[in-house]
Amino acid sequence: MTIISIRPFLAVGVSLLAAFLIMLSGKRPNLRESFTVAASIIKMLIVFSMVPAVLEGSVYEYTLFNITDTVGFTLRTDAVGMLFACVSSFLYIPVGIYAIGYMRGHHEKEQTGFFAAFAVCISAAVGIALAGNLLTFFVFFELLTVATYPLVFHARTEEARFSGRKYLIYTLSTGQLLLAGTGVVYYIAGTLDFKAGGFLTMDMAPVWLLQVLFFLLTVAGAVKAGLMPLHGWLPSAMVAPTPVSALLHAVAVVKAGAFCIIRIIGYVYGPSLLADLGAAQVLAWLAVFTIIVSSLIAMKQDNMKRRLAYSTIGQLSYVVLGASMLSPLGMLGAMYHIVAHAVMKITLFMCAGAVIVTTHKENISEMNGIGRRMPITFGCFTIAALGIAGMPFVVGFISKWDILLGALEIGQPLYLAVLVVSALLGLSYLMPVCYIAFFKKDETGEFAEYGEADKRMLLPICLTAALSLILGIMPNFGVHLYDLAEIAANAVTAGFYESALIVTTSFAGGALL
Amino acid sequence: MRNLPVLIPILPLASAMLCLALSRINKNLGKYVVIGALTVSFASAIGLFVEVMRTGETIHYYMGGWKPPLGIEFVIDEMNAIILVAIAAVALFVCIYSQPFFSEKTRRLKRQKDNSNYADGTTWLEKGGFYALYALLSAGLLGMTITGDMFNLYVFLEIASISGYGLIALGGDKSVMASFRYLLLGTIAASFYLLAVAYMYSITGTLNMADMAMLLAAHKNSPNVFIAVSMLIIAFGIKMALFPLHGWQPDAYTYAHPAAAPLIAGLMSKAPALAMLRYMFYIIGVDSPYVAKALTVIGFLGACGIILGSVMANAQRDFRRMLAYSSVAQIGYIAVGLSLGNAYGIIAAVFHILIHAFMKSSLFMVIGAVRYRYDEVLISKLGGLNKHMPLTTVTLVIAALSMVGIPPTGGFFSKWYIIMGSLESGHYFYLVVLIVSSLLNAMYFFRVLETVFINKDAELEEVRPKGRFELPLQMLVPIVLFGIVIIAIGVLNAHIVADVLSLGLPEVLAI
Repeated sequence: MTIISIRPFLAVGVSLLAAFLIMLSGKRPNLRESFTVAASIIKMLIVFSMVPAVLEGSVYEYTLFNITDTVGFTLRTDAVGMLFACVSSFLYIPVGIYAIGYMRGHHEKEQTGFFAAFAVCISAAVGIALAGNLLTFFVFFELLTVATYPLVFHARTEEARFSGRKYLIYTLSTGQLLLAGTGVVYYIAGTLDFKAGGFLTMDMAPVWLLQVLFFLLTVAGAVKAGLMPLHGWLPSAMVAPTPVSALLHAVAVVKAGAFCIIRIIGYVYGPSLLADLGAAQVLAWLAVFTIIVSSLIAMKQDNMKRRLAYSTIGQLSYVVLGASMLSPLGMLGAMYHIVAHAVMKITLFMCAGAVIVTTHKENISEMNGIGRRMPITFGCFTIAALGIAGMPFVVGFISKWDILLGALEIGQPLYLAVLVVSALLGLSYLMPVCYIAFFKKDETGEFAEYGEADKRMLLPICLTAALSLILGIMPNFGVHLYDLAEIAANAVTAGFYESALIVTTSFAGGALL
Repeated sequence: MRNLPVLIPILPLASAMLCLALSRINKNLGKYVVIGALTVSFASAIGLFVEVMRTGETIHYYMGGWKPPLGIEFVIDEMNAIILVAIAAVALFVCIYSQPFFSEKTRRLKRQKDNSNYADGTTWLEKGGFYALYALLSAGLLGMTITGDMFNLYVFLEIASISGYGLIALGGDKSVMASFRYLLLGTIAASFYLLAVAYMYSITGTLNMADMAMLLAAHKNSPNVFIAVSMLIIAFGIKMALFPLHGWQPDAYTYAHPAAAPLIAGLMSKAPALAMLRYMFYIIGVDSPYVAKALTVIGFLGACGIILGSVMANAQRDFRRMLAYSSVAQIGYIAVGLSLGNAYGIIAAVFHILIHAFMKSSLFMVIGAVRYRYDEVLISKLGGLNKHMPLTTVTLVIAALSMVGIPPTGGFFSKWYIIMGSLESGHYFYLVVLIVSSLLNAMYFFRVLETVFINKDAELEEVRPKGRFELPLQMLVPIVLFGIVIIAIGVLNAHIVADVLSLGLPEVLAI
């Protein structure tokens, strides 16, 4: 059932309005920060209020105006969109509160612009999630690019300027390819509305065009998701303040990229057309390559944020791999991994930031014994790190298990091997951090004077760490994100994997119990 | 109501005549008359636009009651009605914006510090002369757009050009040379236009556009048409600064008087572009084999201009010169839209004429404002502008994003319609050109934004002190307003395209 309601636009608009108010209240920091917090809470409530109806199979839809003469500016809350919207609007709260603590603790300049751009980014992320057609999607995608740019160059150093340029070159150039692709899709299909299972068909265009088009459309997503060899901007963007890294790498930018690929695979092309074209295979192999190589690079990084950045690159490729398997469980795993990775990586980044603000240490080799001074921070770090490696009872396990089953489902044991190897690699680049922090002796004694991080930072860290445990045990905790992912995955692959579906859902259910 | 069409060009024309005489009496009187005349013609343009949209019919106005082909006819259809509103709006608001450049109070301060020697209204002749020329230019541009007569178009073209030469020459520094260069080329263009009209007149014996369109149908393959079309490409090509005929344009835009530059850069190339569109699609018609060939040439030149203009813009240090080269590229967009020869192509061209008028004039207003306060035009000196002039910077950002083509600003949508048009006619090549040019645009506009936001505050020396606001209100209001208009056009583009532009398409292409 379709419910005509403006609520999706309210969800997007509330933080845009907040951005405006933040700009105006630059001289009064407390008022300004209260706008950030209020907007994040209102936004989350609006998004969550739409979940029950979506779970029952309804969608909220609203066309604000026509964006061109024939295409509407439409937001539509299908299951996968709701999933991403829930994640980004919920995580805005902890990151927002954390950012306030971080920016004040670090005495950063230009905080007004920072919080405004931050709010616009979240608006764009929710807009991307709920966009009902490709052009609306593109509008928010570009908005995200533009709004993130000031966050990347925030430090205003030469390095920051360089990273900002790099970021723009990567994202704007591929954004233009997405635009060209969108134009071609409209021309051959006459519509841009997302439809579960895809709206393109074989008879619309020659095979070569459909194949080329697939890459035009996915390359923008691949860049934002950091798929190798298009990942170059991401480690450089680490020059930004840590809350931005948390936002970029856990919620907004990279997830938008992965989400873009899911949309294109599941809602523009559809699994059955892609299976005929064979185009998704290429993405899958790129993802496999990325998973392995990025983990290897991550091991060699001494800078904490850079190590986490490479870890992000690898983890996002799980989403790409899961989606391009074209199987129901792979799709389900890919969608839920958006949730899982967001919760875990945000914890890791916030821990790294807490360490930076408290002790001004950025390199892992300098963190000997720091865990004993900051036990809560590093306790949370360890939980999230285990989740990234895929330990049971942490949320990372669930999505990875589904992707694993997806690999079995399509009979690709090689993917299976890759997933196992990468889990081991994941352990080997994050566990040493915990080891150094907790068990190595602090020989210089320089950490003796430091204590736990500021409460405004600690609280969000504990919240997200706890959440990654809870979701690991009850994946449906709260707003039934797992059900949402399942509804979406089934809708996308319906008719394509009819027989496999029954087997696998019971399989998954059994596994979870 | 019945006489609204004639008010639009006549009032500015009359005010130009009065302006000098009145300025002799009181230095400000002439200026107020010009502003008043432009306000009325803006109101009349809106009135006409509403009238055309309400009745859905093209308005024909016969000058002095003489019916064509004997008399002069003004024609207002959906397409030029909206362009008329845009031209009148830009002319009016830039006129309001121009005032502080001539104010008594700031002139004394300028004397002490300012190095640039543009006309600042010391004498009644200078001030009155500026506004008289300004009113003439506005009258010429409005007349070119509204007229339905080929010779009348020539007259208005010359009015606009000659007043343009004057306004450019008032800019001080190297402006006289720039103006003279434009004068030489502009005269060639006008002569070619006149010759083209003569060739067409020789086979049909009429000067009325609608009449000509009807009579030419029998002469589609006549060599006269071939010669006329080639001459029109040169004539309008020079006037709209189509690559490779753009040589006069960078200097002219750069050195023009700062108070008139927004009008010159925003509109002087647009009215000829619209005239070109009229000739190709409404008078001679796409079914003529020569027009089809001409369109290919225009498209190719446009594509070259897009790339070369953007590359050259990247190499500039002077903000105004960068904008001038970017105009070469933007005119290329219009040319490519035209050359596609289908409904979306024409819509894209006209839409781009509309949006680019606002984008370019707002950018020139921004740099004019910076020059007003700090006497600075170099990009590298703009560091920290966001702190000195926050509202101006907002408009700068909006206009820059629109030039790059980031939704929801208007610039994005002309790109979208060009994409639609080039897919429809199978010209994938233009898709590539468009992508490359967007990226080049992004390079030079983000370089400016980067300088503004990242660079350490430049050591700007205030030429004129800050008043209550960052700029005098006469300047600030038009700048902020244009920033809003750029976004409004983007958001309302569906209405502009579906309810206005697509109704004004030539019959063969109507969708």
